[in-house]
Amino acid sequence: MSQTKIIDARDTFCPGPLMELISYMKRANVGDELELLSTDKGSVNDVPEWIAKVGHELISSEQVDNVWHIKVRKTK
Amino acid sequence: MKILVVGGGTAGTIVANNLARRLTAETRSGKVQLTMLSASDRHMYQPGLLYVAFGQMTPDQLYRDQASLLEPTIDFHVDPVKKFMLDKKQVMTEAGKIHNYDILVIATGSRIVPDETPGLTEGAEFFYTEESAVKLYKRLREFQGGRVAVAIGVPHKCPVAPVELMFSLHDYFKARGIRDKVNLKYYYPIGRIHTIEAVAKWAKPEFDSLGIEYETLFNIKEVDAKNKIVKSEEGIDVEYDLLIVVPQHRGMEVIERDNLGEGGWIPTDRHSLAMKGHDNVYVVGDTTNLPVSKTGSAAHFQAEVLAENIASIIKIGAPVRDYDGKIYCFIEAGRDRATYSMFDYETPPDLKPPSKPMHWFKLSYNQMYWTSVRGLL
Ligand SMILES: Cc1cc2nc3c(=O)[nH]c(=O)nc-3n(C[C@H](O)[C@H](O)[C@H](O)COP(=O)(O)OP(=O)(O)OC[C@H]3O[C@@H](n4cnc5c(N)ncnc54)[C@H](O)[C@@H]3O)c2cc1C
Repeated sequence: MSQTKIIDARDTFCPGPLMELISYMKRANVGDELELLSTDKGSVNDVPEWIAKVGHELISSEQVDNVWHIKVRKTK
Repeated sequence: MKILVVGGGTAGTIVANNLARRLTAETRSGKVQLTMLSASDRHMYQPGLLYVAFGQMTPDQLYRDQASLLEPTIDFHVDPVKKFMLDKKQVMTEAGKIHNYDILVIATGSRIVPDETPGLTEGAEFFYTEESAVKLYKRLREFQGGRVAVAIGVPHKCPVAPVELMFSLHDYFKARGIRDKVNLKYYYPIGRIHTIEAVAKWAKPEFDSLGIEYETLFNIKEVDAKNKIVKSEEGIDVEYDLLIVVPQHRGMEVIERDNLGEGGWIPTDRHSLAMKGHDNVYVVGDTTNLPVSKTGSAAHFQAEVLAENIASIIKIGAPVRDYDGKIYCFIEAGRDRATYSMFDYETPPDLKPPSKPMHWFKLSYNQMYWTSVRGLL
Protein backbone atom coordinates (compact mmCIF):
# COMPACT_ATOMS: atom_id res chain seq x y z
CA MET A 1 0.00 0.00 0.00
CA SER A 2 1.26 3.49 -0.75
CA GLN A 3 1.85 6.00 2.05
CA THR A 4 2.65 9.72 2.35
CA LYS A 5 6.01 10.42 3.86
CA ILE A 6 6.77 13.95 5.08
CA ILE A 7 10.31 15.19 4.48
CA ASP A 8 11.06 18.17 6.66
CA ALA A 9 13.72 20.11 4.77
CA ARG A 10 12.79 23.52 6.17
CA ASP A 11 15.64 25.88 7.03
CA THR A 12 18.37 23.83 5.46
CA PHE A 13 21.09 24.98 3.10
CA CYS A 14 23.14 21.83 2.83
CA PRO A 15 22.34 19.21 1.62
CA GLY A 16 19.20 21.21 0.73
CA PRO A 17 15.60 20.24 -0.06
CA LEU A 18 16.08 18.64 -3.50
CA MET A 19 19.01 16.54 -2.30
CA GLU A 20 16.87 15.42 0.67
CA LEU A 21 14.03 14.48 -1.67
CA ILE A 22 16.37 12.47 -3.91
CA SER A 23 17.64 10.60 -0.84
CA TYR A 24 14.17 9.65 0.33
CA MET A 25 13.02 8.86 -3.20
CA LYS A 26 15.78 6.24 -3.50
CA ARG A 27 14.43 4.35 -0.50
CA ALA A 28 10.72 4.77 -1.35
CA ASN A 29 8.65 2.14 -3.14
CA VAL A 30 7.03 2.70 -6.52
CA GLY A 31 3.63 4.30 -5.84
CA ASP A 32 4.71 6.01 -2.58
CA GLU A 33 3.80 9.66 -2.07
CA LEU A 34 6.38 12.00 -0.59
CA GLU A 35 5.66 15.50 0.69
CA LEU A 36 8.64 17.83 0.81
CA LEU A 37 8.52 20.82 3.16
CA SER A 38 10.87 23.57 2.05
CA THR A 39 11.52 27.20 2.98
CA ASP A 40 13.77 27.61 -0.08
CA LYS A 41 11.80 29.29 -2.84
CA GLY A 42 14.13 27.65 -5.38
CA SER A 43 12.40 24.34 -4.60
CA VAL A 44 9.28 25.49 -6.48
CA ASN A 45 11.31 25.27 -9.69
CA ASP A 46 14.10 22.80 -9.09
CA VAL A 47 11.95 20.01 -7.62
CA PRO A 48 9.44 19.91 -10.53
CA GLU A 49 12.35 20.18 -13.01
CA TRP A 50 14.01 17.07 -11.55
CA ILE A 51 10.71 15.17 -11.16
CA ALA A 52 9.91 15.83 -14.84
CA LYS A 53 13.39 14.87 -16.00
CA VAL A 54 13.34 11.50 -14.20
CA GLY A 55 9.69 10.87 -14.99
CA HIS A 56 8.17 10.77 -11.48
CA GLU A 57 4.82 12.49 -10.85
CA LEU A 58 4.28 15.95 -9.38
CA ILE A 59 0.99 15.81 -7.44
CA SER A 60 0.78 19.34 -6.02
CA SER A 61 2.81 22.33 -4.95
CA GLU A 62 1.45 24.97 -2.58
CA GLN A 63 2.72 27.59 -0.19
CA VAL A 64 1.34 27.68 3.36
CA ASP A 65 2.81 30.28 5.76
CA ASN A 66 6.16 30.64 3.97
CA VAL A 67 6.59 26.88 3.68
CA TRP A 68 6.30 25.18 0.30
CA HIS A 69 4.58 21.80 0.39
CA ILE A 70 5.53 19.82 -2.70
CA LYS A 71 3.86 16.44 -3.12
CA VAL A 72 5.30 13.89 -5.53
CA ARG A 73 4.77 10.24 -6.34
CA LYS A 74 7.49 7.73 -7.21
CA THR A 75 6.52 6.12 -10.50
CA LYS A 76 9.47 3.90 -11.31
CA MET B 1 23.90 7.48 36.59
CA LYS B 2 25.20 5.53 33.60
CA ILE B 3 26.00 7.37 30.37
CA LEU B 4 26.71 5.14 27.40
CA VAL B 5 28.26 6.55 24.21
CA VAL B 6 28.03 4.22 21.21
CA GLY B 7 30.55 5.10 18.50
CA GLY B 8 34.10 6.38 18.87
CA GLY B 9 34.38 8.59 15.81
CA THR B 10 34.32 12.38 15.64
CA ALA B 11 30.98 12.90 17.38
CA GLY B 12 31.21 10.17 20.02
CA THR B 13 34.76 11.06 21.02
CA ILE B 14 33.98 14.76 21.45
CA VAL B 15 30.80 14.04 23.44
CA ALA B 16 32.61 11.61 25.75
CA ASN B 17 35.70 13.77 26.36
CA ASN B 18 33.65 16.89 26.87
CA LEU B 19 31.39 15.06 29.35
CA ALA B 20 34.36 13.58 31.18
CA ARG B 21 35.76 17.08 31.73
CA ARG B 22 32.47 18.64 32.74
CA LEU B 23 31.70 15.78 35.13
CA THR B 24 35.13 15.19 36.68
CA ALA B 25 33.86 15.34 40.25
CA GLU B 26 30.82 13.19 39.51
CA THR B 27 32.86 10.46 37.75
CA ARG B 28 35.50 10.47 40.51
CA SER B 29 32.90 10.07 43.23
CA GLY B 30 31.24 7.27 41.26
CA LYS B 31 27.97 9.19 40.88
CA VAL B 32 28.40 9.10 37.09
CA GLN B 33 29.81 6.27 34.98
CA LEU B 34 30.88 7.08 31.45
CA THR B 35 31.28 4.19 29.00
CA MET B 36 32.12 4.16 25.31
CA LEU B 37 31.58 1.22 22.95
CA SER B 38 33.11 1.36 19.51
CA ALA B 39 33.82 -0.86 16.53
CA SER B 40 37.53 -0.08 16.24
CA ASP B 41 40.57 0.49 18.45
CA ARG B 42 41.72 3.12 15.93
CA HIS B 43 40.32 6.53 15.03
CA MET B 44 40.58 7.70 11.44
CA TYR B 45 40.83 11.32 10.33
CA GLN B 46 38.58 10.75 7.32
CA PRO B 47 39.17 14.05 5.44
CA GLY B 48 42.77 12.83 4.97
CA LEU B 49 41.50 10.21 2.52
CA LEU B 50 41.32 12.87 -0.17
CA TYR B 51 45.05 13.50 0.30
CA VAL B 52 45.76 9.75 0.22
CA ALA B 53 44.01 9.54 -3.15
CA PHE B 54 46.58 12.00 -4.53
CA GLY B 55 49.66 10.60 -2.82
CA GLN B 56 49.93 13.59 -0.47
CA MET B 57 49.45 11.50 2.67
CA THR B 58 49.88 7.80 3.46
CA PRO B 59 47.14 5.91 5.30
CA ASP B 60 49.13 5.42 8.52
CA GLN B 61 49.14 9.21 8.94
CA LEU B 62 45.33 9.18 9.26
CA TYR B 63 45.12 7.07 12.42
CA ARG B 64 45.53 7.42 16.18
CA ASP B 65 44.80 4.85 18.87
CA GLN B 66 41.30 5.60 20.08
CA ALA B 67 42.22 4.94 23.72
CA SER B 68 44.96 7.61 23.53
CA LEU B 69 42.35 10.22 22.57
CA LEU B 70 40.07 9.57 25.52
CA GLU B 71 40.00 11.03 29.04
CA PRO B 72 41.07 8.37 31.57
CA THR B 73 37.69 8.38 33.30
CA ILE B 74 36.02 6.99 30.16
CA ASP B 75 35.55 3.23 30.28
CA PHE B 76 36.33 2.32 26.66
CA HIS B 77 35.59 -1.04 24.99
CA VAL B 78 36.12 -2.16 21.43
CA ASP B 79 32.94 -4.20 21.30
CA PRO B 80 30.37 -2.91 18.83
CA VAL B 81 26.68 -2.85 19.65
CA LYS B 82 24.76 -5.67 18.03
CA LYS B 83 21.36 -4.87 19.44
CA PHE B 84 19.70 -1.77 20.84
CA MET B 85 16.96 -2.54 23.42
CA LEU B 86 15.66 0.96 24.05
CA ASP B 87 12.60 -0.21 25.98
CA LYS B 88 14.86 -1.96 28.53
CA LYS B 89 17.52 0.82 28.51
CA GLN B 90 20.09 -1.75 27.42
CA VAL B 91 22.35 -2.62 24.51
CA MET B 92 23.88 -5.97 23.67
CA THR B 93 27.34 -6.14 22.12
CA GLU B 94 28.95 -8.45 19.56
CA ALA B 95 30.71 -10.17 22.46
CA GLY B 96 27.32 -10.83 24.04
CA LYS B 97 27.70 -8.34 26.90
CA ILE B 98 24.72 -6.36 28.15
CA HIS B 99 25.25 -2.69 29.05
CA ASN B 100 22.59 -0.80 30.98
CA TYR B 101 22.29 2.97 30.68
CA ASP B 102 20.34 5.92 31.97
CA ILE B 103 21.42 8.13 29.06
CA LEU B 104 22.38 6.75 25.66
CA VAL B 105 24.27 8.69 22.95
CA ILE B 106 24.25 7.10 19.50
CA ALA B 107 27.12 8.24 17.24
CA THR B 108 27.69 5.31 14.90
CA GLY B 109 28.28 7.39 11.75
CA SER B 110 27.55 6.32 8.19
CA ARG B 111 28.94 3.96 5.55
CA ILE B 112 29.15 3.81 1.79
CA VAL B 113 26.93 1.24 0.07
CA PRO B 114 28.35 0.96 -3.47
CA ASP B 115 26.82 -2.51 -3.91
CA GLU B 116 23.35 -0.95 -3.96
CA THR B 117 24.08 0.58 -7.38
CA PRO B 118 24.39 -2.13 -10.04
CA GLY B 119 27.87 -2.32 -11.57
CA LEU B 120 29.35 0.41 -9.38
CA THR B 121 31.78 -1.74 -7.40
CA GLU B 122 33.18 -3.30 -10.58
CA GLY B 123 33.17 -0.17 -12.72
CA ALA B 124 34.10 2.74 -10.47
CA GLU B 125 36.86 3.97 -8.19
CA PHE B 126 36.12 5.59 -4.81
CA PHE B 127 38.12 7.32 -2.10
CA TYR B 128 35.81 7.16 0.95
CA THR B 129 37.67 4.22 2.53
CA GLU B 130 41.39 3.62 3.08
CA GLU B 131 41.55 0.75 0.62
CA SER B 132 39.66 2.57 -2.14
CA ALA B 133 41.69 5.79 -1.72
CA VAL B 134 44.96 3.86 -2.15
CA LYS B 135 43.52 2.02 -5.16
CA LEU B 136 42.39 5.29 -6.73
CA TYR B 137 45.86 6.76 -6.25
CA LYS B 138 47.38 3.80 -8.13
CA ARG B 139 44.81 4.15 -10.94
CA LEU B 140 45.55 7.87 -11.23
CA ARG B 141 49.28 7.20 -11.42
CA GLU B 142 48.79 4.76 -14.28
CA PHE B 143 46.34 6.98 -16.12
CA GLN B 144 47.81 8.42 -19.30
CA GLY B 145 44.80 10.30 -20.64
CA GLY B 146 41.15 9.94 -21.63
CA ARG B 147 37.74 10.67 -20.17
CA VAL B 148 37.53 11.00 -16.39
CA ALA B 149 33.93 11.08 -15.16
CA VAL B 150 33.15 12.00 -11.55
CA ALA B 151 29.64 11.19 -10.35
CA ILE B 152 27.98 11.59 -6.98
CA GLY B 153 25.56 9.29 -5.12
CA VAL B 154 22.89 10.56 -2.72
CA PRO B 155 23.03 10.88 0.23
CA HIS B 156 26.74 11.31 0.90
CA LYS B 157 28.87 12.68 3.70
CA CYS B 158 31.10 15.71 3.21
CA PRO B 159 29.21 17.52 0.44
CA VAL B 160 32.22 19.67 -0.49
CA ALA B 161 34.46 16.67 -1.25
CA PRO B 162 33.23 16.32 -4.88
CA VAL B 163 34.22 19.91 -5.69
CA GLU B 164 37.56 19.52 -3.91
CA LEU B 165 38.17 16.33 -5.86
CA MET B 166 37.74 18.17 -9.19
CA PHE B 167 40.29 20.85 -8.29
CA SER B 168 42.70 18.20 -7.05
CA LEU B 169 42.29 16.14 -10.24
CA HIS B 170 42.96 19.19 -12.37
CA ASP B 171 46.11 20.07 -10.41
CA TYR B 172 47.30 16.47 -10.33
CA PHE B 173 47.08 15.95 -14.09
CA LYS B 174 48.57 19.39 -14.68
CA ALA B 175 51.55 18.56 -12.45
CA ARG B 176 52.06 15.36 -14.44
CA GLY B 177 51.97 17.37 -17.68
CA ILE B 178 49.00 15.43 -19.12
CA ARG B 179 46.09 17.76 -18.33
CA ASP B 180 45.58 18.40 -22.08
CA LYS B 181 45.09 14.67 -22.60
CA VAL B 182 42.40 14.41 -19.94
CA ASN B 183 38.74 15.28 -20.36
CA LEU B 184 37.55 16.06 -16.84
CA LYS B 185 33.81 15.99 -16.35
CA TYR B 186 31.68 16.33 -13.22
CA TYR B 187 28.15 14.92 -12.89
CA TYR B 188 26.02 16.29 -10.07
CA PRO B 189 22.60 15.14 -8.76
CA ILE B 190 20.75 18.48 -8.61
CA GLY B 191 20.30 21.37 -11.04
CA ARG B 192 23.47 23.32 -10.15
CA ILE B 193 27.04 22.20 -9.57
CA HIS B 194 26.84 22.31 -5.79
CA THR B 195 24.01 22.05 -3.32
CA ILE B 196 25.20 25.20 -1.48
CA GLU B 197 24.22 28.02 -3.81
CA ALA B 198 27.23 30.18 -2.87
CA VAL B 199 29.61 27.27 -3.57
CA ALA B 200 27.89 26.61 -6.91
CA LYS B 201 28.20 30.28 -7.91
CA TRP B 202 31.87 30.37 -7.01
CA ALA B 203 32.87 26.97 -8.43
CA LYS B 204 31.16 27.37 -11.83
CA PRO B 205 33.45 30.08 -13.24
CA GLU B 206 36.42 28.33 -11.59
CA PHE B 207 35.50 25.08 -13.38
CA ASP B 208 35.04 27.03 -16.63
CA SER B 209 38.44 28.67 -16.40
CA LEU B 210 40.14 25.33 -15.66
CA GLY B 211 38.35 23.49 -18.47
CA ILE B 212 36.44 21.23 -16.06
CA GLU B 213 33.17 20.28 -17.75
CA TYR B 214 29.95 19.55 -15.88
CA GLU B 215 26.49 18.15 -16.25
CA THR B 216 23.77 18.60 -13.63
CA LEU B 217 20.63 16.57 -12.76
CA PHE B 218 22.61 13.35 -13.03
CA ASN B 219 21.81 10.61 -10.51
CA ILE B 220 23.70 7.35 -10.98
CA LYS B 221 21.36 4.49 -11.84
CA GLU B 222 23.81 1.80 -12.89
CA VAL B 223 27.24 1.21 -14.35
CA ASP B 224 27.99 -1.02 -17.31
CA ALA B 225 31.53 -1.87 -16.21
CA LYS B 226 32.27 -3.98 -19.29
CA ASN B 227 31.49 -1.24 -21.77
CA LYS B 228 32.52 1.57 -19.40
CA ILE B 229 29.22 3.42 -19.43
CA VAL B 230 27.56 5.10 -16.44
CA LYS B 231 23.79 5.55 -16.78
CA SER B 232 21.66 8.08 -14.94
CA GLU B 233 18.11 7.94 -13.54
CA GLU B 234 17.44 10.85 -15.87
CA GLY B 235 18.20 8.70 -18.92
CA ILE B 236 21.70 9.93 -19.81
CA ASP B 237 24.47 7.48 -20.77
CA VAL B 238 28.07 8.57 -20.30
CA GLU B 239 31.13 6.77 -21.63
CA TYR B 240 34.26 6.94 -19.52
CA ASP B 241 37.81 5.68 -19.25
CA LEU B 242 38.07 6.30 -15.51
CA LEU B 243 34.97 6.66 -13.34
CA ILE B 244 35.34 8.12 -9.84
CA VAL B 245 32.27 8.03 -7.64
CA VAL B 246 31.19 9.16 -4.20
CA PRO B 247 28.84 6.24 -3.54
CA GLN B 248 25.52 6.69 -1.78
CA HIS B 249 25.56 6.25 2.00
CA ARG B 250 23.47 4.63 4.70
CA GLY B 251 23.70 4.61 8.46
CA MET B 252 25.03 1.48 10.17
CA GLU B 253 23.26 -1.84 9.66
CA VAL B 254 22.37 -2.26 13.35
CA ILE B 255 20.37 0.99 13.25
CA GLU B 256 18.23 -0.32 10.39
CA ARG B 257 18.01 -3.86 11.77
CA ASP B 258 16.66 -2.62 15.10
CA ASN B 259 14.24 -0.22 13.38
CA LEU B 260 15.85 2.86 14.91
CA GLY B 261 15.72 4.72 11.63
CA GLU B 262 14.96 4.13 7.97
CA GLY B 263 18.15 4.02 5.90
CA GLY B 264 20.10 3.94 9.17
CA TRP B 265 19.22 7.61 9.80
CA ILE B 266 17.67 8.07 13.24
CA PRO B 267 14.79 10.57 13.58
CA THR B 268 16.35 13.32 15.70
CA ASP B 269 15.04 16.60 17.12
CA ARG B 270 16.92 19.33 15.26
CA HIS B 271 17.52 21.45 18.38
CA SER B 272 17.72 19.09 21.39
CA LEU B 273 19.34 16.22 19.40
CA ALA B 274 17.09 13.77 21.27
CA MET B 275 15.94 10.74 19.35
CA LYS B 276 12.29 11.38 18.55
CA GLY B 277 10.06 9.62 21.06
CA HIS B 278 12.88 8.91 23.55
CA ASP B 279 13.96 11.54 26.02
CA ASN B 280 16.98 9.61 27.36
CA VAL B 281 18.45 8.78 23.92
CA TYR B 282 20.46 11.33 21.93
CA VAL B 283 21.86 11.16 18.42
CA VAL B 284 24.88 13.02 17.01
CA GLY B 285 26.91 13.08 13.80
CA ASP B 286 26.23 11.35 10.52
CA THR B 287 23.60 8.96 11.83
CA THR B 288 20.98 11.64 12.56
CA ASN B 289 18.26 12.19 9.98
CA LEU B 290 18.73 15.95 10.31
CA PRO B 291 18.71 17.94 7.08
CA VAL B 292 22.25 19.16 7.78
CA SER B 293 25.33 17.99 5.93
CA LYS B 294 27.03 14.88 7.21
CA THR B 295 30.36 16.39 8.19
CA GLY B 296 32.89 16.23 10.98
CA SER B 297 32.07 19.88 11.51
CA ALA B 298 28.36 19.24 12.16
CA ALA B 299 29.34 16.26 14.34
CA HIS B 300 31.69 18.52 16.33
CA PHE B 301 29.21 21.34 16.98
CA GLN B 302 26.40 18.90 17.80
CA ALA B 303 28.66 16.99 20.17
CA GLU B 304 29.63 20.14 22.08
CA VAL B 305 26.01 21.19 22.52
CA LEU B 306 24.95 17.71 23.58
CA ALA B 307 27.75 17.26 26.13
CA GLU B 308 26.96 20.63 27.70
CA ASN B 309 23.28 19.69 27.88
CA ILE B 310 23.80 16.22 29.35
CA ALA B 311 26.17 17.66 31.97
CA SER B 312 23.68 20.34 32.92
CA ILE B 313 20.80 17.84 33.02
CA ILE B 314 22.85 15.92 35.58
CA LYS B 315 23.84 19.04 37.51
CA ILE B 316 20.70 21.21 37.41
CA GLY B 317 18.07 18.96 35.89
CA ALA B 318 17.66 20.84 32.59
CA PRO B 319 19.47 21.38 29.28
CA VAL B 320 20.98 24.79 28.56
CA ARG B 321 21.49 25.06 24.79
CA ASP B 322 19.96 24.25 21.43
CA TYR B 323 21.90 23.04 18.39
CA ASP B 324 21.44 25.85 15.86
CA GLY B 325 22.49 23.92 12.75
CA LYS B 326 26.02 25.37 12.80
CA ILE B 327 28.53 24.04 10.28
CA TYR B 328 31.96 25.31 9.24
CA CYS B 329 33.55 23.64 6.23
CA PHE B 330 36.92 24.16 4.66
CA ILE B 331 36.94 23.85 0.87
CA GLU B 332 40.25 22.99 -0.75
CA ALA B 333 40.46 24.69 -4.16
CA GLY B 334 43.44 22.68 -5.41
CA ARG B 335 46.95 22.20 -4.09
CA ASP B 336 47.58 25.68 -2.75
CA ARG B 337 44.31 27.55 -2.20
CA ALA B 338 41.30 27.06 0.05
CA THR B 339 38.18 28.82 1.23
CA TYR B 340 35.46 28.03 3.77
CA SER B 341 31.75 28.10 4.23
CA MET B 342 29.89 28.73 7.48
CA PHE B 343 26.16 28.57 8.07
CA ASP B 344 23.38 27.45 10.40
CA TYR B 345 19.64 26.77 10.19
CA GLU B 346 18.95 30.46 9.68
CA THR B 347 22.04 32.02 8.14
CA PRO B 348 22.76 31.05 4.54
CA PRO B 349 26.33 30.13 3.62
CA ASP B 350 28.60 32.89 2.43
CA LEU B 351 31.90 32.26 0.66
CA LYS B 352 35.16 34.19 0.79
CA PRO B 353 37.58 34.19 -2.15
CA PRO B 354 40.05 31.28 -1.87
CA SER B 355 43.47 32.14 -0.50
CA LYS B 356 46.81 30.53 0.34
CA PRO B 357 46.59 31.26 4.10
CA MET B 358 43.24 29.43 4.22
CA HIS B 359 44.93 26.40 2.61
CA TRP B 360 47.70 26.52 5.22
CA PHE B 361 45.05 26.77 7.93
CA LYS B 362 43.37 23.65 6.53
CA LEU B 363 46.73 21.84 6.53
CA SER B 364 47.22 22.81 10.17
CA TYR B 365 43.69 21.71 10.96
CA ASN B 366 44.58 18.25 9.62
CA GLN B 367 46.82 18.05 12.72
CA MET B 368 44.65 20.16 15.02
CA TYR B 369 41.85 17.63 14.52
CA TRP B 370 43.47 15.44 17.18
CA THR B 371 43.33 18.27 19.68
CA SER B 372 39.78 18.95 18.67
CA VAL B 373 38.48 15.39 19.26
CA ARG B 374 40.22 15.37 22.62
CA GLY B 375 37.83 18.20 23.37
CA LEU B 376 40.58 20.77 23.84
CA LEU B 377 39.76 23.00 20.89
C1 LIG C 1 36.90 11.53 2.05
C2 LIG C 1 36.22 12.26 3.14
C3 LIG C 1 36.46 13.61 3.32
C4 LIG C 1 35.83 14.30 4.35
N1 LIG C 1 36.11 15.63 4.50
C5 LIG C 1 35.53 16.31 5.50
C6 LIG C 1 35.85 17.69 5.70
O1 LIG C 1 36.68 18.27 4.98
N2 LIG C 1 35.22 18.35 6.70
C7 LIG C 1 34.33 17.73 7.51
O2 LIG C 1 33.78 18.40 8.41
N3 LIG C 1 33.99 16.43 7.36
C8 LIG C 1 34.58 15.70 6.38
N4 LIG C 1 34.28 14.38 6.22
C9 LIG C 1 33.16 13.77 6.97
C10 LIG C 1 33.49 13.37 8.40
O3 LIG C 1 34.63 12.55 8.45
C11 LIG C 1 32.29 12.64 9.01
O4 LIG C 1 31.12 13.35 8.75
C12 LIG C 1 32.47 12.47 10.51
O5 LIG C 1 33.52 11.61 10.79
C13 LIG C 1 31.17 11.98 11.16
O6 LIG C 1 31.37 11.72 12.52
P1 LIG C 1 30.56 10.57 13.25
O7 LIG C 1 31.08 10.53 14.65
O8 LIG C 1 29.12 10.74 13.01
O9 LIG C 1 30.97 9.23 12.49
P2 LIG C 1 32.42 8.56 12.40
O10 LIG C 1 33.48 9.54 12.67
O11 LIG C 1 32.43 7.83 11.12
O12 LIG C 1 32.42 7.52 13.62
C14 LIG C 1 31.54 6.44 13.73
C15 LIG C 1 32.04 5.55 14.86
O13 LIG C 1 31.07 4.57 15.19
C16 LIG C 1 31.72 3.33 15.37
N5 LIG C 1 30.72 2.29 15.15
C17 LIG C 1 30.14 1.89 13.99
N6 LIG C 1 29.26 0.91 14.22
C18 LIG C 1 29.24 0.71 15.55
C19 LIG C 1 28.51 -0.17 16.42
N7 LIG C 1 27.62 -1.05 15.94
N8 LIG C 1 28.75 -0.11 17.75
C20 LIG C 1 29.64 0.78 18.26
N9 LIG C 1 30.36 1.62 17.48
C21 LIG C 1 30.15 1.58 16.16
C22 LIG C 1 32.86 3.36 14.39
O14 LIG C 1 33.88 2.43 14.75
C23 LIG C 1 33.32 4.79 14.54
O15 LIG C 1 34.20 4.90 15.63
C24 LIG C 1 34.93 13.63 5.22
C25 LIG C 1 34.70 12.26 5.06
C26 LIG C 1 35.35 11.57 4.04
C27 LIG C 1 35.11 10.09 3.90
